[in-house]
Amino acid sequence: MKKKKQLSDTSFLLMVTVGLFILMYAAGMIVFADKGFAKPQMFLNLFISNAGLIVISCGLTLVMITGGIDISVGSVTGLVAMASAYQMEVNGSGAYTALALSLLIGLAFGVVQGYLIAYLDIQPFIITLAGLFFGRGMTAVISKEMISVKNETFLAWAKYKIYLPVGTTNKRGVFQPAYIYPTVIVALLVLIAVAVMLKYTRFGRRLYALGGNQQSALMMGLNVRRTKFYAYTLNGFLVGLGGFLFFLNSCAGFVEQAKGLEMDAISASVIGGTLLSGGVGNPVGTLFGVLIKGAISSLITTQGTLSSWWVRIALSSLLCFFIVLQSVIASRKKKSM
Amino acid sequence: MEETIILAMRGITKLFQGVKALKNVDFTLRKGEIHALMGENGAGKSTLIKVLTGVYPMDGGEIHLGGKKQAVTIRSPQEAQRRGISTVYQEINLCPNLSVAENLFIDREPRRFGMIDWKKMNQRSGALLKSLDIGVEPTRQLGDCSIAVQQMIAIARAVDMQCRVLILDEPTSSLDDDEVEKLFQLMRRLKEQGVGIIFVTHFLEQVYAVCDRITVLRNGELVGEYPTAELPRLKLVAKMMGKDFDDLAEIESLKEVKKEHEGETPFLEAEGLSSRYIKPFSLRIHKGEVMGFTGLLGSGRSELVRTIYGADKPVAGTLKLNGRPVRIDAPLNAMMKGMAYLPEDRKRDGIFADLSVRENIIIALQAKRGPFRPMKRKEMQESADRYIDLLQIKTAGREIPVRSLSGGNQQKVVIARWLLTDPEFLILDEPTRGIDIGTKTEIQKLILQLAEKGMSIAFISSEIEEMLRTCSHMVVMRDRQIVGELTGDDLTQDKIMHVIAGGEAANG
Amino acid sequence: MASQKASLFKRITKHHLFFPLVCLAVVLLANVIKTPDFFVVSINGGVLYGYVVDVVNRASELVILAIGMTLVSAASGGQDISVGAVMAVAAAVCCEILSGGAVSTSAFQNPLILAVLAALLVSALCGAFNGVLVARLKIQPMVATLILFTAGRGIAQLITKGQITYVRVESYKIAGGYIPGCPIPTPIFFAAGTVALVMLVMKFTTLKLYVEGVGINSSAARIVGLNSVRIQFVTYVICGLLAGVAGLIASSRIYSADANNIGLYLEMDAILAVALGGNLLSGGKFSLMGSVIGAYTIQALTTTLYAMNISSDQLPVYKAVVVVIIVVLQSPKFNQYFRSFREKLHPGNSVSRKEEPSS
Repeated sequence: MKKKKQLSDTSFLLMVTVGLFILMYAAGMIVFADKGFAKPQMFLNLFISNAGLIVISCGLTLVMITGGIDISVGSVTGLVAMASAYQMEVNGSGAYTALALSLLIGLAFGVVQGYLIAYLDIQPFIITLAGLFFGRGMTAVISKEMISVKNETFLAWAKYKIYLPVGTTNKRGVFQPAYIYPTVIVALLVLIAVAVMLKYTRFGRRLYALGGNQQSALMMGLNVRRTKFYAYTLNGFLVGLGGFLFFLNSCAGFVEQAKGLEMDAISASVIGGTLLSGGVGNPVGTLFGVLIKGAISSLITTQGTLSSWWVRIALSSLLCFFIVLQSVIASRKKKSM
Repeated sequence: MEETIILAMRGITKLFQGVKALKNVDFTLRKGEIHALMGENGAGKSTLIKVLTGVYPMDGGEIHLGGKKQAVTIRSPQEAQRRGISTVYQEINLCPNLSVAENLFIDREPRRFGMIDWKKMNQRSGALLKSLDIGVEPTRQLGDCSIAVQQMIAIARAVDMQCRVLILDEPTSSLDDDEVEKLFQLMRRLKEQGVGIIFVTHFLEQVYAVCDRITVLRNGELVGEYPTAELPRLKLVAKMMGKDFDDLAEIESLKEVKKEHEGETPFLEAEGLSSRYIKPFSLRIHKGEVMGFTGLLGSGRSELVRTIYGADKPVAGTLKLNGRPVRIDAPLNAMMKGMAYLPEDRKRDGIFADLSVRENIIIALQAKRGPFRPMKRKEMQESADRYIDLLQIKTAGREIPVRSLSGGNQQKVVIARWLLTDPEFLILDEPTRGIDIGTKTEIQKLILQLAEKGMSIAFISSEIEEMLRTCSHMVVMRDRQIVGELTGDDLTQDKIMHVIAGGEAANG
Repeated sequence: MASQKASLFKRITKHHLFFPLVCLAVVLLANVIKTPDFFVVSINGGVLYGYVVDVVNRASELVILAIGMTLVSAASGGQDISVGAVMAVAAAVCCEILSGGAVSTSAFQNPLILAVLAALLVSALCGAFNGVLVARLKIQPMVATLILFTAGRGIAQLITKGQITYVRVESYKIAGGYIPGCPIPTPIFFAAGTVALVMLVMKFTTLKLYVEGVGINSSAARIVGLNSVRIQFVTYVICGLLAGVAGLIASSRIYSADANNIGLYLEMDAILAVALGGNLLSGGKFSLMGSVIGAYTIQALTTTLYAMNISSDQLPVYKAVVVVIIVVLQSPKFNQYFRSFREKLHPGNSVSRKEEPSS
């Protein structure tokens, strides 16, 4: 008889993540209270700066649940931004066209990569690594110089503030409400949609099944290839959308944009409790993973003296820690079986 | 009687590359019957099942379901499932990361307004589990359940999908006695509901505990179908091994001298040695002795020798070599102490497919010598050539990748590999499987020669004659433990079969 | 006679160096077409000039990386994508020690030998880090090396305190430049030397056999007494060490440590070189010479692309396409489709795949 586990491993990992975030943020609020860390806007800024990342990380979580991975997301984001900027500034199209273009680019990557991975059984890492290089290169092919967006509709979207009832009162007694941008709403809506899809649709459950044990899923009659293909296609769409949101933040297209974003997305997913081996993952956890990344970024920026490279290092260390933790839990489970 | 037949397979024939894996096999399953399908290696059990479940297309014969006159063609596992034929394999084909309820209903979850209705799914699961007396919460993660429970859940899934024919492929290999009993209770319950169960197994005791009928296959042919009550153990064993109990003849031994080992320190002494896969065993092997290990497939012979060799980590017990205690927990230790192991599964544990014949032959010896003493080209070539000649390995050259050799020749390459290490103790697990008669005899002669020179040999084979010709001592195994040892005058086919069969063998 | 001819042809095409040599030939041909004086070599000021000299020179770091990548790929069936970042780290360590922490120096503040050894030690440690994750913790190679892929350059930046550290000392430039009086660029010697060294190691140890054994069938390897954990670990350490060597050469070329740009995108090139060398990216048998030829091919390809006025930013596109093509051609599924396609065209001609009978 196996011992009854009080806490399943996934809940345990999620708790660690949420706890870590709360710890970090609370520490920041205490240590940097004088630098304004305790303001509500600070918290909301986490969402504002990372709206695109939230959407992209959701897509990545989907793909990782199936046991795969996509390291091209950063370069596709850069490509999406550059292509949209080019389309608007050089070809004179409107903002809606740019949006459609972004979604299309994302979908194209999703379809091609998905086909090669799902139907030709090629390792996801190498295909998406090729995608990474393809995207980076294409960005430079479109334009080597930075293109700033001047399109009015687009800029209106980018700058539209939505005020919230919370806020701070400054020294002069004037209440300054906190605000968010529409990108945050979109990101949260996508998050909810993905979470619902994963929990309440057959397609979502199929993703978990196939990630848990591909052979079993096959024997149970699931169409593994098609499910995998759809996972990558959907991911592509989300990368296109998330990339556009990211672009709304930067309002420009340039060659090195979003470099390393894939690392952020993967780290966010893994820290949020997604298992690299597949079969386990939760967009809510991923959200906290993104928030942790944001918190690290904010803490280091607020601190002021540390170089921004520390953000990458801290995040990589956390990623390493969680990967090792997952591996240890997995091997302990194997031993007790 | 006809209405109760739910599955009739007639004249099933299946060829692989011109070799007949199944020759005109018949199989009948009745409603509410637990029917054992038995046979040794190469008998065709698994091929028959794969034909039935649509994994392989058949080359001849017909399948009739539900007593209908019209034959059916089953083209895929999904189609088999739709027709009510479900299989539960030895490797549980469920998803450990999902809950019990989800595994029961994956891809057919109950929905409300297009969304999965978890409450309903859990309720239906609970009811299903209760009806089969499986005591587990539907919300529990499958990976947290024991293998036994997982197996029952796999069966429950099949039942919920309205299966009429349930195939259980070696379900009890990883279960302990209590769990096996629970499984049997479930099977009996299904029997009452009219489900026909095909029970593929090699555990004799279990067959007699729960099965109504037994079908025996041998070398791709049907030996016969018998009601369990009318087939005593000994007859069953005889039929599986192809012996007719009534005229078992004494086979003349080629052994010249019977060695006496009284009072000598045994070369190898195992006491209470066990691993995850085998119950504690004790054993003494003398220098220059050929010890045979016999028993039906799955009786634990391979697991036993693997534990001695360190391929499976020993968890308890002691091992002494030449009187001195040793610790062997990895193959290299064993090799350095003079052991060699020819594994049973040549493809998985034996050959390095893309490496040349030469490299395959020298690799064990090289591993013994270590990374800093690479063998000179000349030495490698000479060694390889020597054994290619000695064992008559048919190859276009020693640099040919071993992948392109036939199975039998690949086997010879692996044998050569171990002989080259000049071991004191050689473990041969089914060394003559897939080898032609001529070479089989060569190998048996070789074994005797090696023993003469002082090598101790552990010899596992499914062919009793070849063991009788070479062994001076036999260990009989059944159901993962040693059940008997025979030596001297007791080494006859009769006595061996008796010990293998056990139970009421006397009522032969 | 015909059968003799046929078998010679078969022997040539089946040779493991056939594919890489053909690829090299194709690329060289493309180069000659674009630049007719591609093979022209001249001596100017005591130093060799010419396109082909340039290719061989610039390929040196790649050759060294490709050797490490080949071993890693063969033993673990996965690739080490951190090699570029490790190059940057090695360069950073070396330059910082030489400059004594300053952003620029015109004399060695510490002995050169110390700086070099420290850099190599650090890069070997990076390899060991990867090795532990992959060999011991059984994490997928590309995932495990992803950590250093990202963190590596950050660490390098930290070491150089965010600046590009310059070592303006003539003797430092030798490794990436020229030995006084020698017309051949020094990196070429390093590349040749590394290849020779590794070949010596392979001759005097059982490295090739062990790595191939573990890569082809790790459970059989275990039975014959090979320790796959140790063997895989060693390949990663070697890969890290070689990345360090490459990093030092790259640093010497620009007599500085540019954490952002040293080795940038070279991991992709290294993987490509291994694949072009006829090695299966899924592990097993390997050919070092194949990878070496592959490395020169990639460099020649880069030159072709430059000649076609494609900037370095845009190169990755073409390389990505080539990688995908090769990987697709190597994939078993594709080969299955191809074979059944050929069956349809010539029924009965091609050898049908064996169904595996099981009892």
